[in-house]
Amino acid sequence: MSLTKKLALAVAVFAAPVLTAATASAEGERYVLVSHAPDSDSWWNTIKNGIALAGEQMNVEVEYRNPPTGDLADMARIIEQAAASSPNGIITTLADYDVLSGPIKAAVESGVDVIIMNSGTPDQAREVGALMYVGQPEYDAGFAAGLRAKGDGIGSFLCVNHYISSPASTERCQGFADGLGVDLGNQMIDSGQDPAEIKNRVLAYLNSNPDTDAVLTLGPTSADPTLLALDENGMAGDIYFGTFDLGTNIVEGIKAGTINWGIDQQPFLQAYLPVVVMTNYHRYGVLPGNNINSGPGFVTADGLEMVEKFAGEYR
Amino acid sequence: MMSNTADAPASDERIKQTSALRKALIRPELGGICGTVIVFVLFAIFAGDSGMFNSQGVLNWSVVSAQFMIIAVGACLLMIAGEFDLSVGSMIGFAGMMIAIFSITLEWPVWQAIIVTFVLCTAIGALNGIIVVRTGLPSFIVTLAFLFILRGFTIYLPQLIERKTIIGGIDKAAEGDWLAVLFGGKILGGLFTWLGDAGIIAVFERGNRAGQPVVDGIPMLIIWALVLVAFGHILLTRTQFGNWIFASGGDAESARNSGVPVNRVKVLMFMFTAFCACVFATCQVMEFGSAGADRGLLKEFEAIIAVVIGGALLTGGYGSVIGAALGALIFGVVQQGLFFANVESSLFRVFLGVILLFAVVLNTYIRRMITGER
Repeated sequence: MSLTKKLALAVAVFAAPVLTAATASAEGERYVLVSHAPDSDSWWNTIKNGIALAGEQMNVEVEYRNPPTGDLADMARIIEQAAASSPNGIITTLADYDVLSGPIKAAVESGVDVIIMNSGTPDQAREVGALMYVGQPEYDAGFAAGLRAKGDGIGSFLCVNHYISSPASTERCQGFADGLGVDLGNQMIDSGQDPAEIKNRVLAYLNSNPDTDAVLTLGPTSADPTLLALDENGMAGDIYFGTFDLGTNIVEGIKAGTINWGIDQQPFLQAYLPVVVMTNYHRYGVLPGNNINSGPGFVTADGLEMVEKFAGEYR
Repeated sequence: MMSNTADAPASDERIKQTSALRKALIRPELGGICGTVIVFVLFAIFAGDSGMFNSQGVLNWSVVSAQFMIIAVGACLLMIAGEFDLSVGSMIGFAGMMIAIFSITLEWPVWQAIIVTFVLCTAIGALNGIIVVRTGLPSFIVTLAFLFILRGFTIYLPQLIERKTIIGGIDKAAEGDWLAVLFGGKILGGLFTWLGDAGIIAVFERGNRAGQPVVDGIPMLIIWALVLVAFGHILLTRTQFGNWIFASGGDAESARNSGVPVNRVKVLMFMFTAFCACVFATCQVMEFGSAGADRGLLKEFEAIIAVVIGGALLTGGYGSVIGAALGALIFGVVQQGLFFANVESSLFRVFLGVILLFAVVLNTYIRRMITGER
């Protein structure tokens, strides 16, 4: 029967990758890093590079997991799943406390050590029973950026939010507005993730609000198309431009004077440090006494050399 | 002449002879059953000692499979009735957000928020169906429109009202609510405590729940999945309405000619699909205590994939709820199991594509057997 042949073929197709993957697993401690980022978010490549290097240097195994569409309920399942596989530790973002605190607490209580990275707050990390928090407090970073912009004489801005469904993104815009001492109002736009859409929405907003003093973008996803938009309407270099996170184009922009500063939260450290901290904790029982703030660090045209060399890879 | 008539019942030339093997092969569940066995055997071999089959692991893929099952039952019946619903994913996000807005922003009791949301969602399902049957447009287009309409509202409303896209605190509002328990509660807690005490399943090692079992009951989500599957299966195979569903999807015109209320059947199936999406959303909101604007993204395709793996034909008129449930089980087990087997998660899509292609090829083969086309 050709049906049996087909079934046999299917078994072979399934088995091949599973086999190779099963034999590739290394010795030593095993950690799982869970993020909230959808597959399309390029920023997280630095995270992957960070855990790859840390895994290699410490001789441990680190896996990266994320919900493909960025659905946080799916992320909660991934944390439960990671806990069920009994790793030595879980490193996870805390993108939404309501959704994720339950699974994280359950993981901690079933004997898995947890470090919170990137999203969430030090307080929330303590409440779920995590060892520590490694990251950049988002509201504070936005607030610091707002203060800086205020010092540079800014009174109004456009916040290009490409990840409107994440509370942390809105906190950055809100923090910036509060730092400036203005009401956020309709100065934040939901740009979506498509570069062409982002570019055209920025153009449309600046066209209808020509008095806008500054543009704030929340990462390469929105910064790169915004750069193109400013090139197109002739505002590049003229309008005050600040951004979160770094990427190749952002660094080019800072070098060219189009972008005034980038706020680096140093994703490399957010990925690298938890692996190192946990491995040392499990091997020798040593643990830093405090949380680690990986950012905010302002990157300006001064001292760009190293940043430029490693932008998008380790920075 | 006389002897000929006497022999007739034994070998009536009007009844086609079918071998038992052929009968087994044209069952829509066949692909699903084979797939389930293959998937479990494979993961037992490659991920048997990885925690996939401990109490936590089993609960994990069961919950994920149950989620797929809930939406697959609705999608399956609708597909057998000859239509698609691409708004399922957006409906999940929308329903969750409505519950959050009613119960948190408007401070209604949670049971009232749930009931009104169910009414609202099934009404939108009915609207979908009415537009499809009245205009004669493909349901693909009509429900695609609702995919965007509902998602747009789901992002716009909470921003307008609460200035954020995730509304939380529903779990606290739902404490002690008689209806919320039906969606967010767990049953058989005593059994699991006993299993934990007896050392059969894992217990928490530390924290204020130390000593309690890691799995402390069966979530209502799984019960809903089983109830919906049973309901759908009985409706489809044991009732006149089930025959109407098959007839509406098989050949709507001849069904109408023989007195089947095709339009009513289709509208009801759209409503049922919306109902299933709403069950999914309510369980999710009650479990996680919050509603987010991006919940349910791409779930409509996952529902359709589960149904197709389960042996239903994309052209309508053929399929089974049990098959769809098995499709959902395969989907859930593969999605979660690849992690336990330590396969790079991006490869999951490759597997999904392979399973889907395999299922469609098998389905086409079966359809040719039934219709006799070559």
